Amino acid sequence: MNKILILFAHPKYERSTTNSVMVDQVKDLAGVTFVDLYECYPDFDIDVPREQRLLLEHDIVIWHHPLYWYSCPPLMKQWIDMVLEFDWAYGPKGHALAGKKVLQVITTGASREVYCSEGRNLYSINEFLRPFEQTARLCHMQYMAPYAVMGTHRLNRDQVTLYADQYRQIIECLHSGADIEQVKGCVFERDLPLSQVSD
Amino acid sequence: MTGSILFEAIVFLAGAVVAVPIAKRFGLSAVLGYLIAGILIGPYVLGFVGEEGDDILHFAEFGVVMMLFLIGLEIEPKNFWRMRKAIIGMGGAQVALTMAAAYGGFMLLGYEWRVALTIAMAIALSSTAITLQSIKENGLWNTTYGASSFAILLFQDIIVIFMIGALPLLSTGPVAVDDGHGGGEGLLSGFPTWVQTIAIPVSVAIVVVAGRYLIVPMLRRVATARVRELLTASALLIVLSISFLMEQVGLSPALGAFLGGVVLANSEFKHELESTLEPFKDLLLGLFFMAVGASINFIVIQDNPLMISGLLLGTVFLKAVVLYVVGLLFNMKTDQRILLTVGLAQIGEFAFVLLSFAFGLHIIDKEVMDMMLVVTALTMTVTPILSIVTDRLILPRVGTLQEEKHAVDHIAKTHKVILAGFGHFGSSVGRFLRASGIEATILDNDSNRVDLLRKMGFEVYYGDATRLALLESAGIADAKLFISALDEPDAVSELVELLQHKYPQVKLMVRAKDRYHAYDLINMGVEHIYRESLDTSVRMAADALHELGHRKYTAYRQAQKFIKSDDEAIRRLAKEKRNSEEYIFLAREEISLQEKILEEDIKRGLIEDDHHWDSEQMKILAKESLPKDSRQSQSSS
Repeated sequence: MNKILILFAHPKYERSTTNSVMVDQVKDLAGVTFVDLYECYPDFDIDVPREQRLLLEHDIVIWHHPLYWYSCPPLMKQWIDMVLEFDWAYGPKGHALAGKKVLQVITTGASREVYCSEGRNLYSINEFLRPFEQTARLCHMQYMAPYAVMGTHRLNRDQVTLYADQYRQIIECLHSGADIEQVKGCVFERDLPLSQVSD
Repeated sequence: MTGSILFEAIVFLAGAVVAVPIAKRFGLSAVLGYLIAGILIGPYVLGFVGEEGDDILHFAEFGVVMMLFLIGLEIEPKNFWRMRKAIIGMGGAQVALTMAAAYGGFMLLGYEWRVALTIAMAIALSSTAITLQSIKENGLWNTTYGASSFAILLFQDIIVIFMIGALPLLSTGPVAVDDGHGGGEGLLSGFPTWVQTIAIPVSVAIVVVAGRYLIVPMLRRVATARVRELLTASALLIVLSISFLMEQVGLSPALGAFLGGVVLANSEFKHELESTLEPFKDLLLGLFFMAVGASINFIVIQDNPLMISGLLLGTVFLKAVVLYVVGLLFNMKTDQRILLTVGLAQIGEFAFVLLSFAFGLHIIDKEVMDMMLVVTALTMTVTPILSIVTDRLILPRVGTLQEEKHAVDHIAKTHKVILAGFGHFGSSVGRFLRASGIEATILDNDSNRVDLLRKMGFEVYYGDATRLALLESAGIADAKLFISALDEPDAVSELVELLQHKYPQVKLMVRAKDRYHAYDLINMGVEHIYRESLDTSVRMAADALHELGHRKYTAYRQAQKFIKSDDEAIRRLAKEKRNSEEYIFLAREEISLQEKILEEDIKRGLIEDDHHWDSEQMKILAKESLPKDSRQSQSSS
């Protein structure tokens, strides 16, 4: 049984239908700790000891956020800057997070077609998320292939519900201890939004 | 029983120490406590004080002088100038109407016109001592009632000079020796009238000029000597000199002291003077009230109970009616008008002066003087009682009437937030909420503000927020959130206790006046406490860091940390047992509190500067070990 920590960052959560439906599906699941970063730290004054303690208490970390300007919202970056300390998360003595897994869950307004070499955005989601992948790796964590809900501008209610459902299944799978390949097998075949894990 | 000054002092002090706390206990004002103490120690009850009560009365009137000096200190010259219309308009109307009515009344009673006029003059004046003291006690200084009372009383202080000046003209007999008080003819009595007339503006000018060019430099000199009691001596010297000067030229010492206060209001010694004179003033005023109580001649009352009670009721009624009319003329709100009506309905201490002066001039005989003195003292005793009655019985009804009338058109709306207090603090809270689309229900006890807010479309309930009935009509039962922005710590604690007891489901957010108050609130179990002096001062300190060359964001983060650690400290310290027995004196307790806070700071040391975004540490390590792992790439960025 893996314990899961969902770190959710959305500066205007109350206006995001997709994210609220998704969050509602997972936040109260067994084995899940849900942290709404913008609710906890409106002044960006992150309580580092608390966040580090939370990390230590969990096996899997979910970075859940919308993709803004090909990156995360600023508070999520602040969280990375503050919490993943030198000689704690990385550096010569920094092994606190070794062996934990990271899953990035993102929502994008533009559809999948836009994120490819022929599309307007030129690069795929995975390529844009390289910094996060490398962050996880530097902290000796295993970065799983991201789960992306894309084209949210055009999703209808049913589709959103479907994605949210899928999100819940992923979390449940991860909680039950399935490894990353099994999760892929049990959840993603329907839509297969995942690109390959990059390593 | 008398004779020894020490014994007298003991009697008066004991009277005060025994009677005032008892009066307070029963919710009466201190003024009333003093008056009752005076009656008790006076010649007709316990008999500790005899005829010398009158001398003490004259001596204690000096408390009134000090009070006006202190009031003057609070009023900057330009504000005083702004009040001139109210002073002349309201004061003039009150004095003229009261005098006319009283004159008519006493003519009808068959008195000679001179006697009637003298009595009318005495009746027109109200008691500065009683009124202003109770206004201060009840925190009504900034209301319309407070300002109007002050304007009227100030006008009376000015007009009394002319009254005293006019009395000799009414005299038919030989002019008696001046009683050495108030309107006496001092140094200049031998000079022709024109010299005396010129002396008045000249002496006023002397006070103004001396205030600026003599007193302030003198105080500076005294301050550099660093001998604390010298400042007390200078403060007393100033007030005494001004009073003396004023008496010499025939002006009221109280008025002169007031002027002196206004002149010094802008000086840097304002607060020093205030704090040194305050205890003297309070003691002397207490003495004054006791002397008034002791001077009530119960034999006169016994001889003529009907006449006296008739006069008492008639006078108070007449004064009240006039004040009510004045309030109407000047568009005062109903509640403020009622306060004014009752507040100023007594005959004031100047009557003692006027009447004895008139007696000296043979305008009135002993019988009339004794009778009027008794009536004066009785009115001074009765009006504080009347004030309590209005406060408890009449005002709540007036308040409720207004709020119910208004509540009707909002009845459909269920308000989730109640905001108590809309002063400087509360208004910011309310404005921000409104700017964010939340209409809080407001409770406030300043009727003018209430009126303004209602005009601006706020839902406002007028009255004392600690009253359960008001809270209930404001809808506390459905409220989600109750925000207390009240200023007075005791009232806040009372309110919190009430709400926790009666409506525990309502979430409380409370403004704390200071650390001390915050401790109380923490111990009462209030979770959301907002110390009014914390955020702003830390922000200021952070800006100071910035001015000293620190980067703004770093200073800002230091400030955030400081607030956090201070918050933790206060919650920890609040749990510590307080030796309230040991710390009878607030000042001492505050010092020990400061000591504890500073100790906490020392324990914590400097706020640790963290190493975020700081590659120094990494660089050091990089030099020590070979750059083979990936942190190299981080630190080079």
